[in-house]
Amino acid sequence: MDNNSNNIIVLMVCPVSNYLEQEIEKSFKVFKLWHFEDKEQFINTHKDSIQAVVGSAAAGADAELIESLPKLEIVATCSVGLDKIDLARCKEKGIRVANTPDVLTDDVADLAIGLILAVLRRICESDRYVRSGEWKKGEFKMTTKFTGKSVGILGMGRIGTVIAKRAEAFDCIIGYNSRTEKPNLNYKYYPNLIDLASNCQILVVACSLTEETQHIVNRQVINALGPKGVLINIGRGLLVDEHELVSALLQGRLGGAGLDVFEHEPDVPEELIGLENVVLLPHVASATVETRKAMADLVVGNLQAHFGKKPLLTPVV
Amino acid sequence: MEIHEEHRDHQSQHLPRVLVIKPPPPLTLFGDKFISRSFQLLKAYESSLSLEQFLISHAHSIEAILCSGDSPVTLDILRLLPKLRLVVTASAGVNHIHMPECRRRGIAVANAGSIFSDDAADAAVGLLIDVWRKISSADRFLRQGLWSKIGDYPLGSKLGGKRVGIVGLGNIGLQVAKRLQAFGCNVLYNSRSKKPVPYAFYSNVCELAANSDALIICCALTDQTRRMINREVMLALGKEGIIVNVGRGAVIDENEMVRCLVRGEIAGAGLDVFENEPYVPKELLELDNVVLQPHRAVFTSECFVDLCELAVGNLEALFSNQPLLSPVTAE
Repeated sequence: MDNNSNNIIVLMVCPVSNYLEQEIEKSFKVFKLWHFEDKEQFINTHKDSIQAVVGSAAAGADAELIESLPKLEIVATCSVGLDKIDLARCKEKGIRVANTPDVLTDDVADLAIGLILAVLRRICESDRYVRSGEWKKGEFKMTTKFTGKSVGILGMGRIGTVIAKRAEAFDCIIGYNSRTEKPNLNYKYYPNLIDLASNCQILVVACSLTEETQHIVNRQVINALGPKGVLINIGRGLLVDEHELVSALLQGRLGGAGLDVFEHEPDVPEELIGLENVVLLPHVASATVETRKAMADLVVGNLQAHFGKKPLLTPVV
Repeated sequence: MEIHEEHRDHQSQHLPRVLVIKPPPPLTLFGDKFISRSFQLLKAYESSLSLEQFLISHAHSIEAILCSGDSPVTLDILRLLPKLRLVVTASAGVNHIHMPECRRRGIAVANAGSIFSDDAADAAVGLLIDVWRKISSADRFLRQGLWSKIGDYPLGSKLGGKRVGIVGLGNIGLQVAKRLQAFGCNVLYNSRSKKPVPYAFYSNVCELAANSDALIICCALTDQTRRMINREVMLALGKEGIIVNVGRGAVIDENEMVRCLVRGEIAGAGLDVFENEPYVPKELLELDNVVLQPHRAVFTSECFVDLCELAVGNLEALFSNQPLLSPVTAE
């Protein structure tokens, strides 16, 4: 690695992990945006030296940031999701974008199945039942079987495909909705999301968040899923109309939900906190020691590749 | 009550009687599924007579018993029922039935077969994912408002590539193995005998533990398996190891497990069963790295409906001289 790369300045826009910071610091100079109270002033002062931005699911590079960094060459996000990056603007300005696909696919799929089991089999609820001493007073209620159920997957990309494979091991019947039908898949394709929701018991949201997919899971989709239906979201909070979701759960129009993502993380609607038929997770789908290291290594690898004038490992733009 | 029964449909007086000493959970929950043209239930628990008096007064008509784990069929009971031909238990285990006497008298026994397998396997996998990915504890963290206050929850552990040792590769263990393969786990097992499966067999549970990142207990409780998961096994499993138990609490030395968990000699546990249910060692209630379940691994509505249908199916088979659906054969 070229000694001079220590002069290349990378702006981290949000905390990701100590490991990532340390690894980037080995080859680059790092500025951590969250350390500065007056972010605008900080950016103004350093705008001509910042050549790279590193973000995550929490924050990326919007139009405003991109415009304020004339020397920006690459945005590397420690996530597979690109919703926090203005891709069009990057393309326009010739700024490279890299993310962390594939390394997190298994973890996310594992968590989707974990959430389904946690909701259907009431694992968290019955853990609370034991811890509170209620078991001494009486037996817990019956739960719902997972094996053999119909699972609908919204978004049959890398993650959706792997979720489907795992659900097959539970003899589930798989249906999906995607922008286009996938020719080599043996699952039933539903061109209409409401139809998919009407024909499955568990709907897993696994598509990417774009302008077109905001609130794609709306009131009609939720109603179609129904009082015995379960919604699992391991995509992005904004894919689901959260307000409609809360009201459906409160009114019993939806049977249950397993949510890893929310519209305004880390804020979670208060009404959900009081519900027993939901499982709520603080965006942990890729949060294992092994995977977060692999993601961080990929971010650093992409930065090194770019500034070493080599092809990016996982380019988006 | 007996008087009420005599006023029922004339026909039913001639139906063979199926004795129920204590109602098994499926009967309590889905009583209407046990209404049959082939037999009539005789509910001893609704009688004011003592059990012995009740059995003596009905001995001539009782041809079958419907029971489950908490309704033992003892030698004394069997001796009072000369016409008994079949014991149907709504459980997989038959420890509560005096099997030698049944065998001696040619009384058939039918159990729940592999009805429970899918749900028990789902529960085991659910617990494994929960412990490794910290689902219940992260949900607790979020509900306490700590995500906004403190920040991200500590990282969990990836399933892919982990070695999972299944203790007891019966119907349930096989279903667990099938599911875990889809998660990229390496499946190993210990069982009474080697099976024609593509998983590595360990004849010794300690050796299995030494080569596993997690142990999933799926075996029945017998004299051989009681306290089989002891300190030696847990130390062999190691500080990063976790235990999931959907078998019986007494397969694990519970006090020792609590000690190992508290001292960090194993990394965590997912437990559906305990030695002295519904009592759970209080130390476990304080731990974040355990998931505790109130013995519900097979208590899904669907499973119970299937169980009712199987029990009724076995009884109807007996009374129409057809082969039993899920006979327990000699070991």
